[in-house]
Amino acid sequence: MADSPSAEQSTKTKAWNDPAIRAIVFQVLAALGVVLFFYYIINNALTNMEARGITTGFGFLDNPAGFGIIQSLVEYDETYSYGRTFVVGLLNTILVSVLGIIIASIMGLVIGIARLSSNWLVAKLATAFIEIFRNIPLLLQIFFWYFAVLRTLPAARDSVTLGESFFLNNRGFYVPKPVTEDGFGWVWLALLAGIIGSIVLARVSRLRQTETGIPLPVFLPSLGMILGLPLIIFLLLGAPLSFDYPVLQRFNFQGGVAIIPELMALLLALSIYTAAFIAEVVRSGIEAVPKGQTEASSALGLSNGQRLRLIIVPQALRVIIPPLTNQYLNLTKNSSLATAIGYPDLVSVFAGTTLNQTGQAVEIIFMTMAVYLTLSLLTSALMNWYNNRIALVER
Amino acid sequence: MKKFSLPVVAVTGLLSVSGLSNAGTLEDVKKNGVLQCGVGTGLPGFSIADEKGNWTGLDVDVCRAVAAAVLGDATKVKYTPLNAKERFTALQSGEVDVLPRNTTWTLTRDASLGLNFTGVNYYDGQGFLVSKGLGVKSAKELDGAAVCIQAGTTTELNLADYFRANGMKYQPVVFDTSDQTVKGFEAGRCDVLTSDQSQLYALRIKLAKPDDAVVLPEVISKEPLGPVVRQGDDAWFNIVKWSLFAMIDAEEQGLTSANVDDMKAKGTPASNRLLGVEGGMGATLGLSDDWAYQIIKQVGNYGESFERNVGQSSPLKIERGLNALWTKGGLQYAPPIR
Ligand SMILES: N[C@@H](CCC(=O)N[C@@H](CS)C(=O)NCC(=O)O)C(=O)O
Repeated sequence: MADSPSAEQSTKTKAWNDPAIRAIVFQVLAALGVVLFFYYIINNALTNMEARGITTGFGFLDNPAGFGIIQSLVEYDETYSYGRTFVVGLLNTILVSVLGIIIASIMGLVIGIARLSSNWLVAKLATAFIEIFRNIPLLLQIFFWYFAVLRTLPAARDSVTLGESFFLNNRGFYVPKPVTEDGFGWVWLALLAGIIGSIVLARVSRLRQTETGIPLPVFLPSLGMILGLPLIIFLLLGAPLSFDYPVLQRFNFQGGVAIIPELMALLLALSIYTAAFIAEVVRSGIEAVPKGQTEASSALGLSNGQRLRLIIVPQALRVIIPPLTNQYLNLTKNSSLATAIGYPDLVSVFAGTTLNQTGQAVEIIFMTMAVYLTLSLLTSALMNWYNNRIALVER
Repeated sequence: MKKFSLPVVAVTGLLSVSGLSNAGTLEDVKKNGVLQCGVGTGLPGFSIADEKGNWTGLDVDVCRAVAAAVLGDATKVKYTPLNAKERFTALQSGEVDVLPRNTTWTLTRDASLGLNFTGVNYYDGQGFLVSKGLGVKSAKELDGAAVCIQAGTTTELNLADYFRANGMKYQPVVFDTSDQTVKGFEAGRCDVLTSDQSQLYALRIKLAKPDDAVVLPEVISKEPLGPVVRQGDDAWFNIVKWSLFAMIDAEEQGLTSANVDDMKAKGTPASNRLLGVEGGMGATLGLSDDWAYQIIKQVGNYGESFERNVGQSSPLKIERGLNALWTKGGLQYAPPIR
């Protein structure tokens, strides 16, 4: 009992000393500080800009843009608004990033595996590729590919022709544009049905394998459902598809779809540069799987393919995914170097021309940074989700 | 990466400037003993640096004139090369004090950027440069052409207007600096290079084979190019404005860098006021009385600057045209200095 006052005191002091409570207090204070700081600089900037007669606010997004953009995935011409230029630039950034990620992943995988090859020449070539492209600044590579592409390709009149309807010249790669006609929607539906069908089949097969140890054939039936079904529907409907072919005019081809040299050069540069990094990631991932795993799977009687698919790759992926995510984020952010060769990405169109025509630097840079942040967070979230799915479940 | 950094830095600059005082550019320049001047990145005749880093050009002469007027020494200038996209942010954020960089005076720029145009040092208009091989005689024949332009210019807007008004299509190929634009044109990326006509003549001499390219006759816009300063500092605005007027007035009075000392000795009422023989003019601007004398002595009058940089004694060989004095059928006109 004599202890009780001191015990009481100790619980009192505990509230201050309790690390949990302290942590909360400090976090609230820190958050408050950050909010105040941003409030101060934003307020300060607005007051200053007003005092200097600089227009502020987001009203400009509704004004007509008045300038042309060479490539747009949505409808656009100079009568559209500045807000629309944001969308056009954003989609162009996403386009080059997604394509770049796909190409870089495939190249990186192949080269990474090649580097581990027991064939001396193949391994050395892969090493050379990695060392060269990893160590030259990306901006230089972009310029290199741009002018290499431009200077090697012929002028429009002397285009390289592939099968009478594909043309390659220094203005781009021109391909026929598919134009869907009435009823084509059914083909899309068939495709969807095919995909769902094969997912179901894969599930059923997995269940069967756990129960009986014998899987169902999956690959060929799935292929049939995904490709064959839509094809049959397409033919039954009388092929409701026509093509808009590129035609040579006075200066260049008109019609069809043009893949502009800026896109080609940027894609080449980004993919090759990032592939060099991804190759190293892949190599280290594969090397991280202990040799015992290979031996154990052979002992279990798994085939070569099964061993790769079921034992090696899943374990390597666990090591690969986090650094791979980094590479994807880098590629997306690096795509902003597009502005150097005039590929109409977000930085070139929106943080470039639109910024300059409106003069609203603060708003536009803010929006642009927000986009890159969002894209990066989305990529990370997606990769984290995937990483968790394949993570080792410990029992 | 470099492309992105300037706007970002400048924006951060804008965010962090404290206090509202926007005046005092004159005091700052005097205190630093150097004028910070924003010019083009390399355009023969307007602003270009030689191997030794000496800048010359019609726009550069505006910097030199202001430095002569304010600091008494035309060489006390720090030049900052700016591409079209960077220029206004650099001026707004205080990185440069004055911006003579073939910049077109438009309503939007004057009214919404917090900037003021101080006058016109070159009356220009937009034109087209094509390679001779195409056999194009007029801009009306350009339907479907790919056009190289510099980002963030009035050029981009005029081009869209012109093609739309004439019911023609085009592909804009947009570069950051004039150098890249020329390279794109030479590499055959575009059929046409468009810009203010004066700059087309300047860029043409940068081509490997200048004679293979021709400037088409059409002029599709008005491009009054002039120096720009920050809004809200009227004293500084006046100094830049009248430095240019002093050069024009000197030409009208027949004062040149060669004869200014003799003429000062002879003295007409008008030259006495301009050259500070009769006091008062400089002081009202906050400058010393020989401000205009220094400009004329060190830089020359407007006509001298024109001939030296873009006119007959330069490789560009541009006619005076609209840029002749009003007394000779042109538009260059300075209000009276009195
Ligand atoms: N006058 C127009 C265009 C000015 C402009 O930037 N023209 C280019 C010609 S390609 C230029 O002078 N570039 C010089 C440089 O980048 O140094 C404007 O103010 O928007």
